[in-house]
Amino acid sequence: MILSKGLSDMGRRVVGVFLLGVMAMALFVAFAPPAFAEGEMIGTRLRYTEPNSGERVAVSGVSLTVEDTSGETIAEGVTDADGIFEVEVPGSGRYGLTIFPETLPEGVFLADPDNPTKLVEVLVGQTGRAIFQLVNENELAGLGQTSTITFRRVAQLTVEGLKFGVFLAMAAIGLSLIFGTTGLVNFAHGEMIGWGMLWAYLFNFYGFAGMFGFMEGWPAPFGDGVNLIFATLMAIVMGLGLGWAMDKFIFAPLRARGTAVISAMIVTIGLSILIRYVYLFVFGGVPRFYRDYTAQVGIKIGVIEITPKDLITGLLSVAILVLVGLFLQRARMGKAMRAVADDRDLAESSGIDVQRVIRFVWVAGSGLAALGGVFIGLSEQVSWNIGFRILLLIFAAVVLGGLGTAYGALVGALIVGVGIQVSTLWIPPELKNLGALVLLIVALLIRPQGILGKAERIG
Amino acid sequence: MPGVFGAIDWLFIFEQTLNEAVDLNAIVFALAAIGLNVHFGYAGLLNFGQVGFVAAGAYGMGLAVTLWGLNPFLAVVVGMIFATIFALFLGIPTLRLRADYLAIVTIASAEILRLVARSTAMRNITRGPEGLNEFVGPFRELSPFNPSVSYGFGPFTWRGNQFFTVVVGWTLIFFFVFLVWQLMRSPWGRVVKAIREDEDAARALGKSAYWYKLQALILGGIIGGFGGMMLALGNATVQPDFFVAPLTFFFWLVLILGGAGRVWAPVLGSVIFWGLITFIQNLGRQLVDAGLIPTSIMDTSQVDQIRFWIVGAALALLMIFRPQGILGSKEEMALDAH
Repeated sequence: MILSKGLSDMGRRVVGVFLLGVMAMALFVAFAPPAFAEGEMIGTRLRYTEPNSGERVAVSGVSLTVEDTSGETIAEGVTDADGIFEVEVPGSGRYGLTIFPETLPEGVFLADPDNPTKLVEVLVGQTGRAIFQLVNENELAGLGQTSTITFRRVAQLTVEGLKFGVFLAMAAIGLSLIFGTTGLVNFAHGEMIGWGMLWAYLFNFYGFAGMFGFMEGWPAPFGDGVNLIFATLMAIVMGLGLGWAMDKFIFAPLRARGTAVISAMIVTIGLSILIRYVYLFVFGGVPRFYRDYTAQVGIKIGVIEITPKDLITGLLSVAILVLVGLFLQRARMGKAMRAVADDRDLAESSGIDVQRVIRFVWVAGSGLAALGGVFIGLSEQVSWNIGFRILLLIFAAVVLGGLGTAYGALVGALIVGVGIQVSTLWIPPELKNLGALVLLIVALLIRPQGILGKAERIG
Repeated sequence: MPGVFGAIDWLFIFEQTLNEAVDLNAIVFALAAIGLNVHFGYAGLLNFGQVGFVAAGAYGMGLAVTLWGLNPFLAVVVGMIFATIFALFLGIPTLRLRADYLAIVTIASAEILRLVARSTAMRNITRGPEGLNEFVGPFRELSPFNPSVSYGFGPFTWRGNQFFTVVVGWTLIFFFVFLVWQLMRSPWGRVVKAIREDEDAARALGKSAYWYKLQALILGGIIGGFGGMMLALGNATVQPDFFVAPLTFFFWLVLILGGAGRVWAPVLGSVIFWGLITFIQNLGRQLVDAGLIPTSIMDTSQVDQIRFWIVGAALALLMIFRPQGILGSKEEMALDAH
């Protein structure tokens, strides 16, 4: 109270939102340790091909850690002379096994350096094993380039690209519409995606109150996690709420004060850093996985192979994007949104409540971003820094398609999604996101207004 | 509560704080922010990729020694050339467009630079994630200070090599502050500021806004590049993962804290920033070690994350409540996208 005495009304509200946000995230904190059982182990064996002799050689002295699903490290150690690492775990369930690539000896590399953590399912009385693919210098140089281009690979990568593209589109539409209606480039949009991803994890594992110790043992959804489908719905609600709160308490007052768009943009940068590192504090740095539908076997459709979860979430995303399109074309609010994006003054003078439209765009865009976050988390992994990792891809998609247009974001996201997957035919996977960023710059050189944008927007 | 304060080594904290406020980090941040001040404070350019210029300078200087075996002075020139090339790469496609396009392209380009530098394909040149480590020898030979002797007084004491870095760094800071001050009073500076205020009016008077903005981008980029060179010199290493995108916004905070568009703002901001961060982190660590903050709330490694909260919250709150920072004037900060 004393703290906020000197501040204006606006100031108190902003401080209030910061505190609320931090408190909401603090709800993540209390995790219950799993009960101990006997006999379950987790392990891996590290070997690589010695480049001179061509023999498989054990890699010893490499550090690994085992984390439970709450991210708590429960064991750590190094591989022995046979390259074997094995430790007992508290019971059956899922564990993350993380390798520390910097402890690998000279000349040995992780084939997939982006994923040092493997999810391992440990069954009762058994040893769960992870496989880390290690490569030597020669193999590393050839990664992603050696295999021939076949129709099957192109088809597979295209489908994977389309899948990622529709997720990206869902996440990106909000950014584009917020820019279209307010002129603000929201650098915190990535954190809105992370928001959905992380809340779904929380609900999935702990239910909506399970993180308070006193409700431990209550049935779902209070003291126990709920199925991911319900968790997703709850995450969407949280997403809608975040969008509402951000506009209501931060950006609407800034607009009312006549704060310049660039200042507001720097505010979004500050928010994104703050929120991202609150995620890190609460969630920890180790990537995790949802409790349901994680380990799935792919099904074959023609020449391509796709897991059921990816197929369902991909199709769901397409359906949602079609609905968004119909909404923009047919619904009163959708038409109003396009009108405001097209010419704000004209829309206002023809009787559209611009502030209400903007609030709606924030809420809906944030909800879509949250859902996109859950789908990406299900398809890949749940991590605290998804926001920054995906933000630049969203920028690439949105600028490519035409900043400020909803359909542009869709087209751009599909191009970026397919582009980065298919580009791995020629370039190493570690550089695949680079292609999207280069594409962004090339697009600005050739057609700065984007594929669907109008030329007068950019000048 | 004497018990609480007794557990904390205040002398150590204050010494650390004063030392860090003028040490290598503060020097690097001040130089990067002086460059950013030319970009944003004077020319109104939204450069969100200043860390890319810092990386370009550091890698340029490092590669000149490790790859081409050039002498230290030529290596510095190569660092400047790298920063210039990066400025051209950013500026040519975007300076004709709206301000926010530059913002998006700069943040993306800085990340491109980092990803390329750490990639396997470039391993023979940039040494991948381990970075460049064997370039500092020729520079240290120039040092007049004995590496095994301590120089300075009180908290401001460094070993010979570090002292050399600190002396060179602060000399550069004073030089660039003077340069920027003189330039901004010159006709060139007035045109640049006029473009920031009203680009159309400047164009109507026959000034090529594009060309002036490009010059400002190059100048600020080179100053940022010197920040990278000091970083490389002080740490004796250039590693790609130091140059992550959020670092740019640390520079922004330093600039806005001081007051964009003011000559001394970046230096003031940097000194305050590093003093504050060091104070809070050392205090936090000691509170955790003394058990005054229970580890169930925060452990020592998490204390180091506090700086990101401070940066994020301070950036947002400053922009809302005091966009002109400590030294600036509010009228000059009333920028908008053209």
